[in-house]
Amino acid sequence: MNKTKLSVKNLNLFYGDFQALKNIDLEVESNKITALIGPSGCGKSTFLKTLNRMNDLVENVKIEGKVSLDGEDIYNNIDVIKLRKRVGMVFQKPNPFPMSIYDNVAYGPRAHGIKRKAKLDEIVETSLKQAAIWDEVKDRLNQNALGLSGGQQQRLCIARALAVNPEVLLMDEPTSALDPIATQKIEELTEELKEKYTIVIVTHSMQQAGRISDNTAFFLLGEVIEFSETAKIFSNPEDKRTEDYITGRFG
Amino acid sequence: MSNRKLKDNLTKILIYAASLLTVGVLAWILIYITINGIGEISLEFLTSAPEGESGGGILPIIINTLYIILLTIVISTPIGVFAAIYLVEYAKPGKIVRIIRFATESLAGIPSIIFGLFGYIFFVTVLNLGWSILSGALTLSIMVLPTMVRTTEESLKAVPDAYREGSLGLGASKLRTIRKVVLPSAIPGIVTGIILSIGRIVGESAAVYFTAGMVSRLAKGFLDSGRTLAVHMYLLAKEGISFEKAFATAFVLVVIILLINFSANKIGASLDKTKV
Repeated sequence: MNKTKLSVKNLNLFYGDFQALKNIDLEVESNKITALIGPSGCGKSTFLKTLNRMNDLVENVKIEGKVSLDGEDIYNNIDVIKLRKRVGMVFQKPNPFPMSIYDNVAYGPRAHGIKRKAKLDEIVETSLKQAAIWDEVKDRLNQNALGLSGGQQQRLCIARALAVNPEVLLMDEPTSALDPIATQKIEELTEELKEKYTIVIVTHSMQQAGRISDNTAFFLLGEVIEFSETAKIFSNPEDKRTEDYITGRFG
Repeated sequence: MSNRKLKDNLTKILIYAASLLTVGVLAWILIYITINGIGEISLEFLTSAPEGESGGGILPIIINTLYIILLTIVISTPIGVFAAIYLVEYAKPGKIVRIIRFATESLAGIPSIIFGLFGYIFFVTVLNLGWSILSGALTLSIMVLPTMVRTTEESLKAVPDAYREGSLGLGASKLRTIRKVVLPSAIPGIVTGIILSIGRIVGESAAVYFTAGMVSRLAKGFLDSGRTLAVHMYLLAKEGISFEKAFATAFVLVVIILLINFSANKIGASLDKTKV
């Protein structure tokens, strides 16, 4: 067993009276890709957001249980800003800010106090290179990011997330709004990124989970039905419901 | 023709008629003002001070008007924008928000003469600011505040939550998120609020009449009094001094409004970063 990066123990989450997550136990391993699959509304995106406390923004949310990052409880006595610097996020729909490509990537570092131009230049370049979009944008860093194609925008958002040098990258269906070629680029990218980062990815596509992830958790109605190595889940699932979902009988 | 088609066409005709009427009335007013006003317009009228009963021009009055516009916008924009930021970004839905909203809505429905009386009693007399550009601008600021708050609120609400999430997800603070991402995206809407407010300021006579005074000379500063174009027009017409000059003033007023709207729109569009 590898080193555990994120550990979730007995997590329950309520939106008002509705329980969206039930007794979740899950261990995310360092430098691995963990995929969360399941039908719509099963709680996988909600779960993802508990990992960097983006659910704090939603009203009437109550969270019980424990989520720890490198052994440190993230719901107890922790600076949310520091947490989100360590646990970055890429959203379902590309959401570059309405500013230049350069300013988008430099946004995070600037928020964390880096002001020196040379340092920012360096961060912007490395981040864009890591996100495999440098060659496409290096000549137009000062142009508005909204002029990029959807796939480029999403890679820009990945670069933007990498620019604050996180340890974990949460990806919420990052390719669902993209065409197959852009999707392939992002998938290849995740393979490279896991050398440096721990990745948790929510996906609707079982093929995608099968292609890129090391571990897979199957969510259904707010519960984790099965969690194990991806190869095992896809070839030899233990639970009947997992098998039904994977073979396409529902979902 | 089938019954449904008939209904369809009838509705269409009604819609066209309504649009035509709206545009027509506006055009008619503009043409009427232009025809009656343009005869009096001359370089002299635009560049000299009023003289005697009905002679001279309106230069000082144009400048007074611009003073009042500027000062009112400078006072009301930050207050309106901050209030809207509070309402949209910070306030939890509940009693306080309902009270603020009720207050702004009521403020919007109060006739301007009441603002004038209030301004006269409070700014002119109690605060002892006298009849002055400042008293006028403060009174008008209260009057345009609802417009400012409302339009800014709407434009803040129109900023996609994805921007806020993206920024907060990077570990940026809430203040930074608002300052660097939300507000810049809302600027075109804020500019619209400013344009609408300018329209009200320029067109207002009652509230200004009571607070900025009605002397026809150029105000020597923000604490001096002076009349605006709308007040000037009102006096010219009411006292029966000169209808020709009243129309000419109206014409200048309309041109100023058009110029301000046009340039504000241009500025707003050039600041709009969401358009590539």
